[in-house]
Amino acid sequence: MSKILELKNLSFVYGQGTPFEKCAVSNVDLSIEKGELIGIIGHTGSGKSTLVQLLNGLIRPTSGQVILDGEDIWKNPKEIRKIRFKVGMVFQYPEYQLFEETVYKDIAFGPANMGKSGNELHDAVIKAAEFTGLDREILSKSPFDLSGGEKRRAAIAGVMAMDPEVLVLDEPTAGLDPMGRDVLLSQIVQYHRKRKNTVLLVSHSMEDIARVADRIMVMNSSKLVMFDETKKIFSHSRELEKYGLRVPQITKIMLKLKEKGYDVSDGVLTVDSALSQIYSLLNREGKIW
Amino acid sequence: MVRDVTLGQYFPGKSLIHRLDPRAKIILLIAYLVIIFCTFNYLSLAVVALFTAFCVAFSGVPAKFYLKSLKVIFVIVIITSVINMFYGTGDPIFEWGIIKITVNGINRAVFVTVRIICLILASSCLTFTTSPTDLTDAIERLMKPLNKIHFPVHEIAMMMSLALRFVPTLLEETDKIMQAQKARGADMDSGNLFQRIKALVPILIPLFVSAFRRAYELATAMECRCYRGGVGRTRMKSIHMKKLDAFAFTATALVIGGVVLCNIFLPAAL
Repeated sequence: MSKILELKNLSFVYGQGTPFEKCAVSNVDLSIEKGELIGIIGHTGSGKSTLVQLLNGLIRPTSGQVILDGEDIWKNPKEIRKIRFKVGMVFQYPEYQLFEETVYKDIAFGPANMGKSGNELHDAVIKAAEFTGLDREILSKSPFDLSGGEKRRAAIAGVMAMDPEVLVLDEPTAGLDPMGRDVLLSQIVQYHRKRKNTVLLVSHSMEDIARVADRIMVMNSSKLVMFDETKKIFSHSRELEKYGLRVPQITKIMLKLKEKGYDVSDGVLTVDSALSQIYSLLNREGKIW
Repeated sequence: MVRDVTLGQYFPGKSLIHRLDPRAKIILLIAYLVIIFCTFNYLSLAVVALFTAFCVAFSGVPAKFYLKSLKVIFVIVIITSVINMFYGTGDPIFEWGIIKITVNGINRAVFVTVRIICLILASSCLTFTTSPTDLTDAIERLMKPLNKIHFPVHEIAMMMSLALRFVPTLLEETDKIMQAQKARGADMDSGNLFQRIKALVPILIPLFVSAFRRAYELATAMECRCYRGGVGRTRMKSIHMKKLDAFAFTATALVIGGVVLCNIFLPAAL
């Protein structure tokens, strides 16, 4: 595996030199491998959103470097647009950026800016629409006539259509109903598996993150405080609570069982794996209820 | 970024000027703007300029922000002063073709420059030291007598404060939408005029849509809290004139008096 993204001593300060000066990201150092699915968690105002905006050069770091594929993205500021096609960014509530007459045209906006046209452009749009589960007939509708969930998926398709090497999603499931969340999340995972690219997912839902992420970044008051494999992160429930976060419910139950002396492993992340552990525990102990 | 606009920005603080009654500040600013244009010789101009410097110094807002607001009108100042220079009367001290420069013309240029700079500094001083809500409150109170001729004072003041309240929100929204479209490769910094105007479409449409959405939401929220106009409405913060305001009125009156005296006893430079 090779490193796709590297952050070196990255800092960002808002409104430098005004009474409203505020440090949003300070001294972040990390590297991300190609093809990973990274979760980013942290309570509101911890600097997650600022951090992801630094990744594709929407804001320029106050100090430090963002290295994409071995090159500093700010080496040539005039070429920064190219970086934005490599690092796709889906903002919070992306449905508010829709503007074209039809969904098709809106999805095509990104790839058309990249210089794609004709069949290539058509393919990109159709594939992105498939990944997000948008029907063909929706493509010819006005984006303002869609339901909230459909708008959200159309907006995400607009970024996926650029086929970025790194896809960053800032709270893609916020404000959707439980069914919509599950569907969207599995679509993102599908996309990640098929395209084999790197995905960064910012979320407040520990359950979502636990289910899909390989590794997790924990942000607290503008600093990166933990960055480790998902299981390891969620076995530190005390520490996470200190940062205003919590572990998924099922993980908490299993940690409590362990505290009571039962032989179960740390960092159980899904109900299914918890179930199989409890079954084997019951078999071994030879107790039937 | 759009957020860097300083004109009309409020800087919280506790300086002498901050503590003045907003009504007093508005009245004094109007009186001051009139007197700037009644200065006809250098001494009276100096009095006014000194007074401006005094207000700026005591406002507790970093000089940097005043300079920023001056930067916006820099070009206008240059153009008007240059034009004024050529329109002087009297004997020319320099002549080249149709271009004639007279002492009177140079005087005019200096006066125009100083007047415009003072004007901007004083108005910035008001907006820097008064929060938008205080400002509209004061305007509503000052315009109250107009109610008698059925002028909808409260409604106008409410519209003004809502508009002001949404300026930062819409700026932030614009910023967000711009970021989102830039992330999809929108190119707003290059191309000819036509291309640049076209590049604004992906920003303006979502912005209008969200502005209308916000307006509807706000109207509903206000109705839910039983808003029904100004009749019988009381205020949480009422404003009162204090000793400090009396002091400010006296100081301004002295400046006006000084300018009038200068005008009477000294020859005019214009």
